[in-house]
Amino acid sequence: MSVDLGLSPDQESIAELFDGFFTNEAPPSVARAAEPLGFDRDLWNKVIELGAPGMGSAVEAGGGGASLGDLVVVAETVGRSIAPIPLIDHLAALSLLTDADLVAGDAIAAVAVRPADSNGVWSLVPTGAVADVVVGVDGDDTVVVRSTPPLSGPRNHGSMPLANRSAREGTRTVLGPASMFDVVLDRWKLLTAGALVGIADAAMALGVAYVKEREQFGVPVGSFQAVQHGLADLPVAIDGGRLLTHKAAWALDTVTDGRIDWANNDITDGSTLATMALLFAADAAVMATDRSLHYHGGYGFAEEYDIQMYYRRARGWSLILDDPTSVSLSLADRLFGKVGG
Amino acid sequence: MDFSLSPEVIEFRDEIRSIVREFVTPEIADRMHTTGVFDAPELNLELGRRGILERACPGLGKGDPIEMYVMFNELEKAGAPYDGLAVALMIAAVVNKLGTDEQKERIIPSIISGEALVCMGYSEADFGSDVASIKTRAVKDGDEWVINGSKMWTTLAQVAEWLILLTRTDLDLPKHKGLTMFILPMNTRGITVEPVHTLGTEITNATWYDDVRVGDEAVLGGENNGWRTMTTVLAFERGVMGGTNAGVPLLRHFHEWAVANGVFGEPTTRERMARSVIDMQVATLLTMRSAWIASSGGMPGLEGSMTKVFAVEAYQRASRWTQATAGPAGLLQFHEDGAAGEGFVEYDARHSPVMSIYGGTTEINRNNIAERHLGLPKSR
Repeated sequence: MSVDLGLSPDQESIAELFDGFFTNEAPPSVARAAEPLGFDRDLWNKVIELGAPGMGSAVEAGGGGASLGDLVVVAETVGRSIAPIPLIDHLAALSLLTDADLVAGDAIAAVAVRPADSNGVWSLVPTGAVADVVVGVDGDDTVVVRSTPPLSGPRNHGSMPLANRSAREGTRTVLGPASMFDVVLDRWKLLTAGALVGIADAAMALGVAYVKEREQFGVPVGSFQAVQHGLADLPVAIDGGRLLTHKAAWALDTVTDGRIDWANNDITDGSTLATMALLFAADAAVMATDRSLHYHGGYGFAEEYDIQMYYRRARGWSLILDDPTSVSLSLADRLFGKVGG
Repeated sequence: MDFSLSPEVIEFRDEIRSIVREFVTPEIADRMHTTGVFDAPELNLELGRRGILERACPGLGKGDPIEMYVMFNELEKAGAPYDGLAVALMIAAVVNKLGTDEQKERIIPSIISGEALVCMGYSEADFGSDVASIKTRAVKDGDEWVINGSKMWTTLAQVAEWLILLTRTDLDLPKHKGLTMFILPMNTRGITVEPVHTLGTEITNATWYDDVRVGDEAVLGGENNGWRTMTTVLAFERGVMGGTNAGVPLLRHFHEWAVANGVFGEPTTRERMARSVIDMQVATLLTMRSAWIASSGGMPGLEGSMTKVFAVEAYQRASRWTQATAGPAGLLQFHEDGAAGEGFVEYDARHSPVMSIYGGTTEINRNNIAERHLGLPKSR
C-alpha cells in the first residue's frame, strides 16, 4: 500500500490488446457505417470472443473478475475508438446482474440512468434500442426487465442507440430498494468518464496529426504558437481526467469507509469521486473535440473528416445522464450537505 | 493505480498536521501579510528539529520520497507561510544532487535544520522568460570569480543566508551554454538589496552585485553548466513544492463566510464551489504524479509544466468567482468588518495573478508541452 500512479503490467497488456483490437476491427469507418443507430452486431460478436462483456463479473459467475481499474482501461479504449458497441453500459449493468447469457454477452444489458416516470417509462435509455435487459429504478425499487428491444430509436447527436423502455412490461424482477441501483450508476459514471478520457485523447491525436501535416503561409499550422497553446491544454486535461477516474476506480475497488473532506482536499469516497470524474472528463472531452475540430479549419466541419464524430459523441455520452449543472448540484449536496439540511 | 499513502507516510502526515495546528496560528498568517515576508522561522525550526526537513528533502530523505509532496501539500492547505521553506529545501535538494561533497557539508545542514533560507537570482530587469539571455557576468581573476550585474525578483533576499545566482561566464558559447550557477552567502561583500513591493503583499527585491568575489567553492553544478542546474531546480519548483493547492484554503474561507451569511444556498454558488473542489482534486493528483515520478528516480519536468498550467488556472478561476460572488464584501481587506472570508477573498484576488508568472509563465509551460509532449515545431 503506497502511491503508484502507473498502470499495472496487466493493465498495460489490456490496453494494448483492446487498442489493437479496435484499431483493426473498429476504425472510425465502422462507427460511421453504424450511424445513425450506433450499433454494430458483428463487432459485438467479436468483442464476445475477447470475453469483454463478462470481464468485470465474478469468476464464480463465469466472468473475468477484473477490477474496476482494469475496466477503466478498457473503457478508455472504447472511447478512443468510438466503437459502436454498448460495452460501457453492459459492464455497468452487470454489477448487479449475473445471468449467464449476459455474462457471455449473448444478451445485452442497458442501464436506465434516470428513474422511470410515473407511467413506468424509462426515457432515452442509452443502449435502450438494442438491449435485451434493462436495469434501473422504478419508484422505490431497483428492477430489472427483460423484453424485446425495438432495434431503432430517435436519431441523436451522439449516434447512440437510445430508446424509451418500459420498466413494467416484459419479465420484471425486483432486485431490491432503489438505493441498490447506486452501485450500477457509480460504475456507469466511472466507465463513462473513462470513455470520455479516451475520446479526448483520440481527438487530441487527430488534431495534433492534422496541424503537423496541414500547411498555410508555407509552414505547418502547428508551428503557430496560438495553435500550439490551444492544443497544449489538452494533455493536461486528459491526464488529470485519467488520474481522477483511476482514483475513483481505486476508491470503489478498495476503500470501504471513504472520506469527503473537501476542506482539506481529502476525498476518498468512491461514489463522490465517480461523479467528479464524470464531470471533469466530460469537460475534457468537450474541450478536446472543440479545439481539435477548430484546428482542422473548414475540414473539421466537413462530414468526411472523423473529428466531427468525436465532437458529437463527446457531448452525447456526457449529456445522456443529465445536464451538467444538475449533476454538479447533486455533487454539491454530497460534498457540502443539502441546502438547509 | 494505488492512491493510498503507506502507514509510515500517514504517520508523517499526521505529525505535520499536529505541528501545523500548533505553529500556524492566525498571528503567524497576520505577520506574513504585515511584514511581506512569507516565512515562519519558528515553524521551519520545529520541522528541522524533528528531522522532518531532512526526511522530506529529495535525495536526502530516508523515508518515502513522496513525503516532500505530502509536507508541502499539508502546509499549503493550512495556509502556512511556506515560500521560504520551499525554496530552501529545493536548493538543498539541488546541492545534494549536483554539489561537491564540500558544498553538501557546508550548506545542507544549515537548511535542513530550518535555520537558513535561500534566495534565487535568475531573472534580470530585461530578462524574464528569456532567462538564458541574462547579462550578469562572472569573470575569473586568478583563483577567484568576480561577479557584476543585477537581478530582479530576488524574493527573501532580505532574510536569506544563501543566494543562488545565475551568471554568464562565457560570451562566446551559445546563450544556454555559457552560464554558470553560483551559491554564495548573502553576506558576501558587494551585494545590495532593495525592496520591491507587490500587489500580493509579499515584498520581493532587486539585488545588485558590485565586484562580488567568490572562489570555485561557490560554483554549483560546474562551470558553464548553469542551464542544467537551473532546469533541475525548476523541475522541483514546478508543481512538487507547493503552489498547486492554493485554492483549498480560499474555498474554506469563502465557504465559512457564505454559510455564516446565509448565501450558500444559491445554486450558482454551489455549482461553482463543486467545480472548484473537482479542480483542486485534479491539481493535487497531477502534483502527486510529479512527486511519484520524482520518487521513482525520474525528473518530472514536463509533468511539472502540466501541473503548473492546470493548478494555477484553477486557483485563478476560484479567486475570480469567489470575489465576484462575495460582491462588496469581497473588496474588504484583512481586519475590516464584514470582509468576506476574513479578508482572504480579497487577498487571493491580489495574490493569484503572480502564480502564472513565477517559476515559468503559463506560456513558457505551454511551449514546453507543445514541443516536448505533442512534438510540435519550436515556435520561437
